[in-house]
Amino acid sequence: MSRIDAARVRVPKAAGHGAGTWIKERVEAIALIPLSLWAFWAAAHLAGAGYQAMVEWLRQPLNAVLLALFVLISVDHMRLGLRVVVEDYIHRPGNKAALLLLNLFVCGLIGALALFAILKVALSGPANTLFGA
Amino acid sequence: MSRPGLAKGLEDDIRSMATPETARPAADPTNEPRDDQTGRFRAPHPRPLSPHLQVWRWHVTMAASILHRMSGIGLYIGAILVTAWLLSLAAGPEAYERFAAFGGSWLGLLLWFAFSAAGFYHLASGLRHLVWDTGRSLDVPSANAWAWGTIVFAAVATVAFWALLFAQGRISL
Repeated sequence: MSRIDAARVRVPKAAGHGAGTWIKERVEAIALIPLSLWAFWAAAHLAGAGYQAMVEWLRQPLNAVLLALFVLISVDHMRLGLRVVVEDYIHRPGNKAALLLLNLFVCGLIGALALFAILKVALSGPANTLFGA
Repeated sequence: MSRPGLAKGLEDDIRSMATPETARPAADPTNEPRDDQTGRFRAPHPRPLSPHLQVWRWHVTMAASILHRMSGIGLYIGAILVTAWLLSLAAGPEAYERFAAFGGSWLGLLLWFAFSAAGFYHLASGLRHLVWDTGRSLDVPSANAWAWGTIVFAAVATVAFWALLFAQGRISL
């Protein structure tokens, strides 16, 4: 075994998926660039609109799908981001584990509630509004 | 043949070249770089630690980095606000009216405003990070330019966004 090989053995390594989370966070970030620009555009369009206008907007399949994508990708991006913040600043093992669990559960709950609400509104309209039929 | 006088002299010379322990300025126990201030770096030998926040002067890339995290945490709260909006919409007209009344109040508008500012900032700052991830713009002048650009973009975009909403009469105080 050469000295370099020996050094490689000694260096602690991630178990084969060390870069995975890092890459995932970047892929989500890239997806969120157009989605968040769309969300700002939609927010400017929807601000101050009443209940009926909002519901009609969300019953458009494109709006519902884009909003669901935006919410789900955002929630996972949030989870990864806040996980790094917790890992950087909270060092007491019990607190750290509790906050990481809380982060996971809150992000999961936000995602599930938002997705449920989007689907409920989007699918509650008259059947003929689906897919413009 | 031993010449103790000479050997003693040499020894003294060598000793005086190295700074004697007693001549060192008294170490400030709160700022001793080899002192493990956080209790997190228990190494067998004292090693240099990266400087802590309090020994850094403020510069724009540091502010941009802190703002990136702060805006990310702010967007977390914003996501709860958006979810509340969607749930009120799903719950029906009465629930929606209650949410809209809150959203249009001073506190609600302040929250939406902070949410939009955090969104514009995190968007631009995220782009800055993606550029860095390709290995570009890592030199100091480029990093400073990106940091200023990010902050200026967020401020301009947020003001323009809300000016548009007020100008179109969608929002009023």
